[in-house]
Amino acid sequence: MSETLLQMRGISKTFPGVRALDEVDFEVRKGEVHALMGENGAGKSTLIKVLTGVHRRDSGTVLLEGREIDPRSPRQAEEVGISTVYQEVNLIPHLSVAENICLGREPGFCGMINWRGVNRRARKALARLDLDIDVSQELSSCSIAIQQMVAIARALDVSAKLLILDEPTSSLDAREVEELFEVMRKLRDQGLGIVFVTHFLDQVYAVSDRITVLRDGRLVGTYEAWKLSRLDLVGRMLGKELAETAQQHAPPPEVAGGRRQALVQVRQLGRRGSVEPVDMDIEAGQTVGLAGLLGSGRTETARLLFGIDRADSGHMVVGGRQTRMSGPRQAIRSGFAFTSENRKTEGIIPHLSVRENIILAMQGVRGVWSQIPRAEQQRIADQFIEALNIKTPHAEQAVGNLSGGNQQKVLLARWLATKPQLLILDEPTRGIDVGAKAEIEKLVNSLREQGMAVLFISSELEEMVRTCQRVIVLRDRVKIGELEGAQITEQSIMQTIARATDEG
Amino acid sequence: MKAEYATLINRKPALPEGLAKLVWPVAALTLLLVFNAIFTPGFFRVEFRDGYLYGSLIDILNHGSKVMLLALGMTLVIATGGVDLSVGAVMAVSGAIAVEMVQDPTASLAAAVAAALSVSVLAGAWNGALVSLLRIQPIIATLILMVAGRGVAQLITKGFIPITQHEGFTFIGNGKFLALPFPVTIVAIMVLLTWAATRKTAIGLFIESVGDNEKASHFAGINARTVKFVVYTFSGFCAGLAGLVAASNIKAADSNNAGLFLELDAIIAVVVGGTALTGGRFNLPGAIIGSLLIQTLTTTLYMRNVNPFVIPVYKAVVVLAVCLIQSPVFRAQLAAPFRRAAA
Repeated sequence: MSETLLQMRGISKTFPGVRALDEVDFEVRKGEVHALMGENGAGKSTLIKVLTGVHRRDSGTVLLEGREIDPRSPRQAEEVGISTVYQEVNLIPHLSVAENICLGREPGFCGMINWRGVNRRARKALARLDLDIDVSQELSSCSIAIQQMVAIARALDVSAKLLILDEPTSSLDAREVEELFEVMRKLRDQGLGIVFVTHFLDQVYAVSDRITVLRDGRLVGTYEAWKLSRLDLVGRMLGKELAETAQQHAPPPEVAGGRRQALVQVRQLGRRGSVEPVDMDIEAGQTVGLAGLLGSGRTETARLLFGIDRADSGHMVVGGRQTRMSGPRQAIRSGFAFTSENRKTEGIIPHLSVRENIILAMQGVRGVWSQIPRAEQQRIADQFIEALNIKTPHAEQAVGNLSGGNQQKVLLARWLATKPQLLILDEPTRGIDVGAKAEIEKLVNSLREQGMAVLFISSELEEMVRTCQRVIVLRDRVKIGELEGAQITEQSIMQTIARATDEG
Repeated sequence: MKAEYATLINRKPALPEGLAKLVWPVAALTLLLVFNAIFTPGFFRVEFRDGYLYGSLIDILNHGSKVMLLALGMTLVIATGGVDLSVGAVMAVSGAIAVEMVQDPTASLAAAVAAALSVSVLAGAWNGALVSLLRIQPIIATLILMVAGRGVAQLITKGFIPITQHEGFTFIGNGKFLALPFPVTIVAIMVLLTWAATRKTAIGLFIESVGDNEKASHFAGINARTVKFVVYTFSGFCAGLAGLVAASNIKAADSNNAGLFLELDAIIAVVVGGTALTGGRFNLPGAIIGSLLIQTLTTTLYMRNVNPFVIPVYKAVVVLAVCLIQSPVFRAQLAAPFRRAAA
């Protein structure tokens, strides 16, 4: 067994109100690619930020090649040999490739830069990745994949011992990913330790030697990749032991009368680099779930349906009419409603009142000239505050002052006021308290019973099982299965996610 | 729990948000007036002569009319999170067109006014297109016209300062109506129109929602581009009106000096009046009070024989004071020693 490169022991980190890391152990060997996996809030990025000196740990020890280190900044981390390449390329687009590689550590003398030296050094760094490009060209003229390589070359230029790749593949296509893996394998064989953070299951198995899973700030375990089945991996990430999931909530009864004409038929709808073409039918009076791990394309699918991103293939049939969504306005006119998972940035208008937030979409549909009379606005707002049990002192309170759960209810009210036919809910219960969660679930069920179609996205499988009559499973931006009625169990969803493409 | 909140639903806040924000600018204006009442002899004297009112207070209303007009448009632009630096230059263009067209005393006033205002609206629409369609930062987009506008005005007047004796045109800035200078009437009508537009149609809600969270507004089906286009166009119209008043005041079109730096006064008036530069909630009465505050200050300083070159320094001090006092953080720090003493 090769020797240990990095050892983190008992790492804890608390942010106000959140225990982000709780006694986590993590170890990387020389010459291995080590995948770090976990869902949202598992603590991956906090662990990496502790390692690279962005955050300071509250407790625990970090040993690099047996010596204790305590980096206070990414620069100090680089100096001891820990380099990071982030998801979004953190380079300067209008400088040359060579300048980017050497930025901040240009060879030279007394503040004079030796430009030949810069270029030579950049070429050498790229040669290590088997990359032969013109180092004097402007970085922005290179493809994203090349920019990623340049970022890696820059990271390696400081005699790195440990390379951290934080979701490096999220903006690359399949061929570029393969090239990146080639480079990763080569660097591994040179004895470098690589920490690989990703959401794509296939990629983990393609390149990793070992896998560490975190969940809710705790270490779940470290495993040899070849010993850990996909199903086990998914189960550990989601926190479901398989035995435990055997007992199931009875799925809600199916709508009587079997399959009707679907309200929304989605045919081969896709967008390059976002979601592969997907088919789906959504019927009135049905809740359809979109399941999958983080980054599997759930949100992207919802955004396509609502016209936030334009589809570049396929079409939709809504109520019998073929439609292409040109934007949210058209989607709303077609009877769609969408609550984003990013409540703060894409949902609430924080400084406007509860009343104004509730009537906003409705007013948007009516247009600027036919303002809803003030008394009517008041009535609608009070009605929803009462019906959804929104806890606010009065309808004129700024929405930004409410709790997360109540903000979410205000957003639901905004859309219910437009009387939609299809309600798309992206993580409607994320980050809100248990009571509000239950209320929102109940509301979704009663809306469905009243004949509304609901597209429900959630990372919580129990919630999916409880609410959905049909579940569409996505993995790595591709629809890989569809479960219906009694087939929907936490286990079956996980199995579908885990099933490798070549097996299925 | 539910019952408790149900009873709270109908309870209104002590003071509506808009009014609450007016407290500080009104306080500053009052303070300034009290200062004048004590130290500036004759400040409050208003004479009734030949059916007209005269006095410093009337002068403030008259001279403040240009900034008030600009502030109306500027308020809505700032509420969307933007800024319009071009209004001063648009004033010059508007004045130049109008004065050129009323050189002949028999020329049509309506045609001149219509031409000047149309071009101003076009200028506003140009700004709006740059900001909403091409997504250029407002400060840069409007800087283009701010710089180029005066050049355009110079082209129109062929480098001269044309003067006019056209009776109708000189009335705009110098006439009297209801015993008050005519610009006051123009301002009153525009305030009413703007107020009605923002309260009786949904544009006010859309402007505030786009300014507060553009992305969320887009997702809620609000056409943010149209909203932005409309506010810049409106700001152009307001600047055109102010330009007519300014040119009529001096019966000439001075391309270099008409409306010079007035865009800054307008921005200050809006901010002092409680509309945040970051966008969102706007306060039209606040902007008017802010304009009056600035004009009162200027008039006060002139009456006290302060060197005109030093006046901006005083303005800066007052603006700083009003902005600081509006900041909750600053107020808390100011109050802290007293609270400790009380405890």
